[in-house]
Amino acid sequence: MKWLSLNWPQVVELTRDHLLLSAPAILLSVLLAVPIGRLAQQRPRLGGPLLGAASLLYAIPALPLLIIIPVIFGIPLRSPATMIIALTVYGLALLVRTAADAFGSVDPRVREAAVAVGHSPRSVFWRVDLPLAVPVLLAGVRVVAVSTVSLVTIGALIGVPSLGTLLTDGFQRGIPAEVATGVIATMLLALFFDAVLVAAGRILTPWTVSRRERLLPQEETT
Amino acid sequence: MNTRTKAIGAVALAAVLTTTACSSGDPLSSGDSDGDTIVIGSQDYYSNEIIAEIYAQSLEDAGFTVERDFRIGQREAYLPEIEGGSIDLFPEYSGPVLQYWQPDTPARLSDDVYAALQDATPEGLRVLDQSAATDQDSYTITKAFAEQWSLTTVDDLANVTEPMTMGANSEAENRPNGPQGLRDTYGVEVGFTPIEDGGGPLTVAALNDGDIQLAIIYTADPSITANDLVSLQDTKGLFLASHVVPLASDNVNDEAADVINAVSAAMTPEDLLAMNARSVDEELPAETIAKDWLAEADLG
Amino acid sequence: MNLFLDAIAWLADPANWSGPSGVPTRVLQHLVITFAAVAAAAILALPTGILIGHTRKGAGIVGAIAGAARAIPTLGLLTLLGLALGIGLKAPLLALIVLAIPSVLAGAYAGVQNVDSAVTGAAKAIGMSPKQVVFQVEIPLAAPVIIGGLRAATLQVVATATLAAYTADFGLGRYLFSGLKSRDYAEMLAGALLVAGLALLLELLLAAWQRSAARRIAAPARSSSAAVQPESPLVKESV
Repeated sequence: MKWLSLNWPQVVELTRDHLLLSAPAILLSVLLAVPIGRLAQQRPRLGGPLLGAASLLYAIPALPLLIIIPVIFGIPLRSPATMIIALTVYGLALLVRTAADAFGSVDPRVREAAVAVGHSPRSVFWRVDLPLAVPVLLAGVRVVAVSTVSLVTIGALIGVPSLGTLLTDGFQRGIPAEVATGVIATMLLALFFDAVLVAAGRILTPWTVSRRERLLPQEETT
Repeated sequence: MNTRTKAIGAVALAAVLTTTACSSGDPLSSGDSDGDTIVIGSQDYYSNEIIAEIYAQSLEDAGFTVERDFRIGQREAYLPEIEGGSIDLFPEYSGPVLQYWQPDTPARLSDDVYAALQDATPEGLRVLDQSAATDQDSYTITKAFAEQWSLTTVDDLANVTEPMTMGANSEAENRPNGPQGLRDTYGVEVGFTPIEDGGGPLTVAALNDGDIQLAIIYTADPSITANDLVSLQDTKGLFLASHVVPLASDNVNDEAADVINAVSAAMTPEDLLAMNARSVDEELPAETIAKDWLAEADLG
Repeated sequence: MNLFLDAIAWLADPANWSGPSGVPTRVLQHLVITFAAVAAAAILALPTGILIGHTRKGAGIVGAIAGAARAIPTLGLLTLLGLALGIGLKAPLLALIVLAIPSVLAGAYAGVQNVDSAVTGAAKAIGMSPKQVVFQVEIPLAAPVIIGGLRAATLQVVATATLAAYTADFGLGRYLFSGLKSRDYAEMLAGALLVAGLALLLELLLAAWQRSAARRIAAPARSSSAAVQPESPLVKESV
């Protein structure tokens, strides 16, 4: 652990960079996936192709994506924005279908009951659909969070520093402790996000606390 | 519909992104260089970072304000930004950067390369004095292989009667320093395997395993001595001379240029190799290595 | 959008379609390593996942391990494996198997676990052995979800298999790396389009397989298990 004792300030700095790249991307993925997923669930004819297209975004290799984004958005290649957009694209690919499933998991009778007692469509969405969709949605967001944190490391390809820098630098210099630090710090950061999301889930859905904790999206049935 | 939804998504993404970018204050990117601060960049390569750190510390010692924007990838990623003016000072290597701007340049020897580079450097940029320190591509083989076929120069490869494979980054396959150049210049036929770590540990491992016989490795790489490897002499100038040379914008004034030129003048090839070795063996951060070198060179 | 036109032009050039680095060869190589990785992951993860789903024990631990595995940066893993195993296809293949396992595993255990316990109970009641319950009841009913896991894994692997070119002269990743390094972005984008096209093709095939599996059980069975949305979570790590 000689390397760590000599270089820990760098680790702290890169962890911060890593956090500042992954958090906005995760947030953006959720903010965009929820309306798209909702639309897909409400209009199945539109939804099928939409969901198919979204999951295919995932098949775009990262390298070309990182090159194309600046062309489309008119931003510099080496910028956090490029990285955050790319991560959001992948996050969307993962989350849109789960979001559609999440709204699909809401019992239509509950929705009808809400309408019957006089909720407006907007109010049904905010006060019935969305809260009831949270458990399934959250399971999807957890996956997105972990995968985003892991993906940030490819930023090294376009010169955006993150914990991935420790991987490339460690390999170049042949310092296993540096590589291990990069991998472990990435995993710890992923666990941190996961813990935050689990805690958020408990607060948002107090009625599900006693139910299964380690949900994966496809475990959730209606 | 597919394209339309995609377009809508793209617009929405852009909108949201703009707002978050404003609120989060974009902590990672460099500001544009504003007269006073000299923005120094470095490659995503530890040795280059050490040189950049030396530039930074020497300028700070001379009273300049610098901003470090290190580890910003490979040439493809950072050179457009230097050309765009958001980075003021960058340690480069004369041969490769010349080839970036002039892929067909005939220059090979140190002075020719430097002269050609001065001409090739785009408007708004200039190269400062080149250092004696070099870090250049070389054909590298294992000592055992060298002894087996008594190889010291690239010409000697013609003695080898068994098939050979070269390992290097994929761009070498179609560049003058790859198998084609070797055939055209030296008449030696080799196969090719891409190993995308720029002559790093994977390449060295492949050499040691005998998966490849020939690799392109930087001469200032401590792994050459550490692994008992031999760099073949390039008698016919396949590789361009590759001296450490600072690339500077107009934002680097004459006074700052003098500081950097003093650094370049003081740095020897042995110094560079020794600093690289410290980074690899003693696992020290670039900051410490740069500070020690400056103190030793009496520039600190 | 010039870049896209250039990429199309690259793809239309017959010179890029022949020889050992031509498109057909690269596509075939890409498919070979994708199938090899998914098949190996299936051999390892399907029995484990089905066992966990059947016994309903260990799901928490395995879920945690699979979750942690998702956080491993594949490029990091590939380089570590490359240092240990040397260049060639062994290291990328192993890294891709590690990448594929979480999705396959999750699909298998979630699928089996979600089979209505009333159905398995009934199967036991009519005298089926545990083995028969697994093979004749649980696996057929879980098939759509299991295939969903394989489908997710395949999509990840086909996109990430570009990394095979990091240490070997293999697959569509070669176009990406050599295009990037020599700033031939048309070549790089053409490679990306080929990868995406291949992914689309595999996705359509596997989706069709999944639908047919769902249809097979939907007819006689109750809809509760068939209606499980079989999408599996993915993880991406590629260049």
